[in-house]
Order: sequence, then structure tokens, then C-alpha cells
Amino acid sequence: MKRRTFLTASLAAAASAAAARPGHACTEELRGTGDLALVIERASGSVLIADTTAHEIVHRVEGLGDLSHASAVYSRDERHAFVFGRDGGLTKIDMLRGVAVRRILQAGNAIGGAISDDGKLVAVSNYKPGGVRVFDALTLEAVADIPALWGAGKRSKTVGLVDAPGRRFIFTLYDAGEIWIADFSRGTKPEITRFRDIGDQPYDALITGDGRHYIAGLFGEDGLVHIDLWAQQPEAQRILAGYGRGERKLPVYKMPHLEGWALAAGKFLLPAVGRHELLALDAQSFREAGRIPVHGQPIFAVARPDGRQVWVNFAHPLNDTVQVIDVPSLSIVHEFKPGPAVLHIEFCPRGQEVWLSVRDADELQVYDTHSFARVKTLPAKKPSGIFMTARAHRIGL
Amino acid sequence: MRHTLNIWLLLSSMAAPTLLTAAAPPAVALEAARENALTHLVRQDCGSCHGMTLKGGLGGPLLPESLRNLDAESVASIILEGVPGKPMPPWKGQLSEEEALWIAEKLKSGFPQ
Repeated sequence: MKRRTFLTASLAAAASAAAARPGHACTEELRGTGDLALVIERASGSVLIADTTAHEIVHRVEGLGDLSHASAVYSRDERHAFVFGRDGGLTKIDMLRGVAVRRILQAGNAIGGAISDDGKLVAVSNYKPGGVRVFDALTLEAVADIPALWGAGKRSKTVGLVDAPGRRFIFTLYDAGEIWIADFSRGTKPEITRFRDIGDQPYDALITGDGRHYIAGLFGEDGLVHIDLWAQQPEAQRILAGYGRGERKLPVYKMPHLEGWALAAGKFLLPAVGRHELLALDAQSFREAGRIPVHGQPIFAVARPDGRQVWVNFAHPLNDTVQVIDVPSLSIVHEFKPGPAVLHIEFCPRGQEVWLSVRDADELQVYDTHSFARVKTLPAKKPSGIFMTARAHRIGL
Repeated sequence: MRHTLNIWLLLSSMAAPTLLTAAAPPAVALEAARENALTHLVRQDCGSCHGMTLKGGLGGPLLPESLRNLDAESVASIILEGVPGKPMPPWKGQLSEEEALWIAEKLKSGFPQ
């Protein structure tokens, strides 16, 4: 890798200086990481660390470059977050000390990342140069470079990068219309399995919490793609084909996002592209199990951890609204307007509260998911993604 | 102001220089509040795909050097009509021709923060 900037020396020194001065007993009060969250501040290159028990912001970490699209994964011990920024920045953050401990610029333009099941490899899906790069989780040293080559030596943008059991990563090639599995179980040189011609312009993907089903959404045609990773010979199969019923798509102002939390009570609730609908997919048969008309074009459909509800937010210009779906009845049971530009929905691990980012109100809002009452409002600068540490223990997140 | 344009011809022409001989029309000015709102829209919402810095993402970069081979009216047309079959949507339901031209001119000369 040619362009990397290490800030390790000065950052690590600052961190340890803050922690223990010579001649003094360490007076830091011990705390856990399990109830912490990281919040992206998309316009200021900063992230917040929030305490979801105290409902407080405990740190702001600055200097993370272009976070106008950013996501994060966690180390197995929840101590560190790996933040993937749009400009190709990969920053390792100490969640307890509230500092960046390592940072590299690993590509020109990136969209997401993942961490392997053993916590040793961090992968980034890049738009430029198209492909996936893999790094050592401890040091951020380069481990592997997987150019997403297709056609006549072109490199495809990659999306939908997830971890899968057995030290694997799975990702989708947007330009090429392919899905690849990179298997690192033998070491640091991956074995690649390619599924070709899976569909037109796949824009994102999810893997289920059991690591079994990989589902990619298509932009260029009505339908999604499903791979059952437990099959003897896994195949990419079309599901929900023709869900658009021949009707013209509405203008799509923002791509939906797929996450493993789309699965609730035996059904996947998936955004329809260019329609004001959620599509219900039966998780056994992989056939349509209904559809729900909703307020706008869904961006995120996120299940409360018990699977009883799915909360949905929407694309511009209808992005001031959240709807709550009761999964057993597939009906809307609550609707409210947190404010302008609700970007992300993140549940506490047992589901009793949910955190929302309201970008254009510069607020984080916390709601009780049973009473729907707002329990806290916190200031944040143009907040977007919210990532709780419990993600450390979930396949695909 | 609206041209009948072949969008693909336009986009492919970005790869090769073209000669523009017509004089540039006077720059569009809108009400200050609307200009602020459009600046926010481009940075935050167009930025979903094009990056808040306009350096690109799923969509291509929208920096002055990226748009040098398209005149402002062509860029405005793409904004209003979208690119068929690609994720660039038509914004004509949300923006007037004048607003699209204002955005195009600003993108070409260096978009405000």
C-alpha cells in the first residue's frame, strides 16, 4: 500500500500520558465498554462517544477526515472501534480513552468495512480503487489487497462487505454485478469464490446473524439476490423478482441500506427501491410474505432486538419521519416526526431504548421503545451513523 | 434554456475536450435564503452519493475540474432529468430550472461550503 499516514507515535504517547503519570497511582475510575456508542459527526470529521446508560456524551474525537459517509466495527473486547471514512481513512479509536490510536489512509474513496470472526482482520470496501483491502486489526498493517477486477481489467466499486463465519469476508461488486467470498481461513492469502452475473447494479447487502444467508439488493432491476452459505454448492438466486410489478420507479434520492437487523420474527423486512414500500420476505421459503405501504422510500428498516417491531426511516425529502411496524401483523403502529433528516436508528442491545440521529436538528434523540416517549435529547454536530459496542459480538455487524 | 440533449453523449464528452464558442450567459442569483437551502441540499443530500466534499462516492466527482467539459446548462439538464438506468435521479420535481442552473454554475466555479 503506497499512501498511508501513521499518527501512531504521537497519538499513543498522548493516550498513555493521559492515563498514568510517573509516581502517581492510576486514578482513572474503571468503567465498562458494553453500554457505549460511537456517533459519526458527518460534517466535522469527528465522532462522539456516548454512554447509553447515563445518556451522556463522554468524548468527542476529532481529526477523522471525511466522514460524510462512515461506519464502524468493534474489536472483540469492545475496547476499540474501527471507523471507515469516505475518503479512505481507517481510524482505530480507544473507546475508553476517547482518542484515536492509529489512523491510515488506505484508499481514495471507501464505503464500509468489516472485522473477521476472530477479530484479527479488518477489511474495507473501496470505491477507488475498486476492491477490498484487509488490515491487521492490532497494527493496521496491510495484510491483503483484493482488486475487484472485471471486464477488461476494470476495477469495480465494492459494497455490502460483511464478515462470515470461518474467517471469511463477503462483498458485492456494484459495477460488475458479482458477489465474491474471500476466505482467509488458511492464513493471509485469501481464496476467492466468485458468483458472476448476479444482477444489475447491486448496491448493498446483508448477512443474517447466524452467518447463513447473504442477501444483496439490486438497483438496476426489481429483485434481490440470495446466497445460502450452508448449501453444498452455494448459488446466487434471484428472490422477490419483479416486485415493482412493472410500475415505474420513483426518483431514488438516496440508496437504501441493508443490515442484518432486517430479520424479525421469521421475516425479512426489506426496502423496495423507488417505492414507498417495505417488502416482507419469509425467512424459510424466501418468498414474498406481504408488503407494507410506508411514508416514503425506506432507507433503514431496523428490527428491535426482540424482533417484535421494525423501525423505519426514509429518504430525502420525506426524511423527517419514522414509522414503527408491528411485525406479526405487518402493520404500522406508530409514526412520529423526530425532526429534519433522521439518518440512523440504533437499538440498545436488549431493545428497551433506541437512539436516533437527526442531522439537521443537530441532535441525538433517545426513545423508550415501549412507550415511544422521548427520554433524552443530546446535541451533536450533523450526526449520522450510531454504532453501539454490542455490535462486537454479532456476525455481520 | 432547456436543450434537447443526449445524456450519454454529454457524459462521454467529459472524456474529451470540446470547444465552446458561445459567450457565457449572466450568472443566476436567487434569494439568499434559497441559496443557503440549496447549498445545504447539495452538500448534504446530493452529497449522499457525490460526497459532501463533492469528490465522489457512488456518483462521480462534481468539482470544477470534473465538470470542465460540460457547460452549466448541460449540468443543469442532468440535474433536472437524471441519468436513465443509473442511480442519478431527476430532481425536476424538487428544483426549478433556475435553481438547477444556479447549482450547475456554482458546481463549475467552486461550490460554496
